[in-house]
Amino acid sequence: MTLLDVRGLSASYGKVQALFDCSFSVGDGEFVALLGANGAGKTTMLRALSGIARSSGTISFDGQRLDARPPEERLRLGIAHVPQGRGTFAEFTVDENLSLGAITLSDAAQVRRDKERWYQTFPRLRERRNRLAGNLSGGEQQMLAVARALMSRPKLLMCDEPSLGLAPAITAEIFEIFKDLHKRHRMTLLVVEQNADLTLQFADTAFVIETGHIVATSPAHEMLHNQDIQKSYLGV
Amino acid sequence: MSLFFQLVVSGLASGAIYAALAIALVLIFRATSIVNFGQGEMATFSAYCTWQMINWGVPVWLSLLICLAASFIVGIIVFRSFIQPLIGAPIEAMVVVTLGLFVLFQAVTMWIWGADQRAFPSIFPDGGIAIGGVQVRISALGTLLALAIAALSIGLVFRFTRLGLSMRASAYDRTKSMLVGIKVQRMLMLGWGLAAVIGMIAAVLIAPRLLLSPTMMTPILFYGLAAATLGGWDSPFGAVVGGLLVGVAESLGGSYLPMVGAELRIVVPIALTLIILLVKPVGLFGSYKVTKL
Ligand SMILES: Nc1ncnc2c1ncn2[C@@H]1O[C@H](COP(=O)(O)OP(=O)(O)O)[C@@H](O)[C@H]1O
Ligand SMILES: [Mg+2]
Repeated sequence: MTLLDVRGLSASYGKVQALFDCSFSVGDGEFVALLGANGAGKTTMLRALSGIARSSGTISFDGQRLDARPPEERLRLGIAHVPQGRGTFAEFTVDENLSLGAITLSDAAQVRRDKERWYQTFPRLRERRNRLAGNLSGGEQQMLAVARALMSRPKLLMCDEPSLGLAPAITAEIFEIFKDLHKRHRMTLLVVEQNADLTLQFADTAFVIETGHIVATSPAHEMLHNQDIQKSYLGV
Repeated sequence: MSLFFQLVVSGLASGAIYAALAIALVLIFRATSIVNFGQGEMATFSAYCTWQMINWGVPVWLSLLICLAASFIVGIIVFRSFIQPLIGAPIEAMVVVTLGLFVLFQAVTMWIWGADQRAFPSIFPDGGIAIGGVQVRISALGTLLALAIAALSIGLVFRFTRLGLSMRASAYDRTKSMLVGIKVQRMLMLGWGLAAVIGMIAAVLIAPRLLLSPTMMTPILFYGLAAATLGGWDSPFGAVVGGLLVGVAESLGGSYLPMVGAELRIVVPIALTLIILLVKPVGLFGSYKVTKL
C-alpha cells in the first residue's frame, strides 16, 4: 500500500528553482533512501514534504492531500521531519525536547509512556534527561532529534543526513536504530544521505536526485552493486 | 537608617511597576524580536477603559477583570493587524511600526478622554503598617505582591505547562517549532495578548499615584526599557530584577545624591543601565544571542 505519493513536485527559493517536477511514492513500511550530491535538492525535498518550504504539485499521504496544509497539520497526520543539523532546541533540556516532540498529543499519560519507551531505546538520553540539548555530543543530539521526532507517533519518519559530522561508529548505531524501527515497528522511513554505501545496506528502495530531478529509482541492493549509477550521480 | 529602608521599600514598589512593564517588553522581544515602544501607551488606554467603567458605576473588580480580558484581545488585534504582516521585515520597519503604536494609542486616548488628569481609585486600602519600626504603605506592599503573583504565574506557566513550553519554543526558534507542530503564529499572538495584560497591570497599579493622563506611561516606558536592558532582553526573570534595581536606584539616588535631586532622578537608572551595558552588554541575565541589537 502506498503511504506517500508525490506528483509533479516543484520548489524554488525566489528565482532559484531547487526541485523540478519530481514524482515518486513510498510504500507503507518501506525504508527509502534519498541519495544525491551536495546541493542536489534533498533537503528541499524534505522541507517541501513537511511543509516548511513552499512547493507546487500534489502530495498525498495516507489517503489525504497535504499540499495545502501547514506544517503542524502534516505532523499531526503523521509526518515527522528530523532536519539537517539535528534541529534540537539547544537551550531546552533533553526531557523538554521530548515533550516538544509530543506537543501535538494531548494524552499526558501516553506521552509519559512514550518517553519511557524511547529512553529505553536511547539510554544515553535518559542519563542526560535534565541537561540542555546544546551540551550533548553530536551523536547524542542526533539521537535526541530522532527520539523527539518519534514522540509525535509518526507514520513516516524523515531524517536529513543523520550521519553528517558523526563518527562512523555513532552513525552505525543510529542506522541500527533505524533498522530496528523498520523491522520491529514497521515504521516507514525516508532517509536522506550522501553516504550512499551505508544507507543502501539498510534501505529497501533508493531514489537518486540530481540538480532537482529524480534521475534513478531502484531497489537498494541493486543500486549498491550498480557501478554506473554510483559513478554518474553519487560521485563514488 | 529608617529613612534608608523607607526609600528602599518605596523604590521596590516603583520598581515593581517598571518590572511589570519590562516583563511585557521582554515577552514581546523574545517572541518577535521587536521592542514595542507602544506598550506603555497601550497600557494607558487599558487603564482609561477601566476608569471609564468604574465611572459608569461598574464595581472596581469587575471593571478590572473585563478590561484585562479586553487588553488581551487588543494585544491580539494589534499583533494580527500591525505585526504579523511585518514578520521578517527589517528591524527599522518594526521600530517605525511600534513607534506608530505609541502615537496611535496616545492619540486615541487623548481623543476619547481629553488631556485632563483624572483620579484613579487605588485597589489597595489607604494607610500603612509598621514593619520593624519602618512605616510601609499598604499600597506599596500590594504593588509588590501583585508583581510577585503576576511574575510567578507567568514563570509557572512557562516552566510547567504544555502551553508555556510551546510559547517558549516559538520564541526560541520559529522554524523548529513549526516542525514539532506548534502553531507558532498563535503562540506569538498569545504573547502579545499576555504582554498587553501585564502592561495594563502596571498602568492600574501606578495610576492612583501619578493620576491618569494620556502620557502617564511615557516615562514608565523609559524605566521599563532601562529595566529590560539591565536584566537582559531575553529574560523575564531579568526584567523583574532589573525593574526592582532601577526602582531602588532611582529612589536612593534621588534622595542621597545631592546633585541629582528630585528633577534629575531619571538620570540614575540611565546611568546604572549604561554602566551595566559597559560591563556586561547582554544585561545581567541575558544570553549572548541578542547582543546584535
Ligand atoms: N535558503 C535558500 N535560499 C536560496 N537557495 C537555496 C536555499 N537553500 C538551498 N538553496 C539552493 O537550492 C538547491 C538545493 O539545496 P538543498 O536542498 O539544500 O540541497 P541538498 O540538501 O541536496 O544538499 C541548491 O542549489 C541550493 O543552493
Ligand atoms: Mg541538505
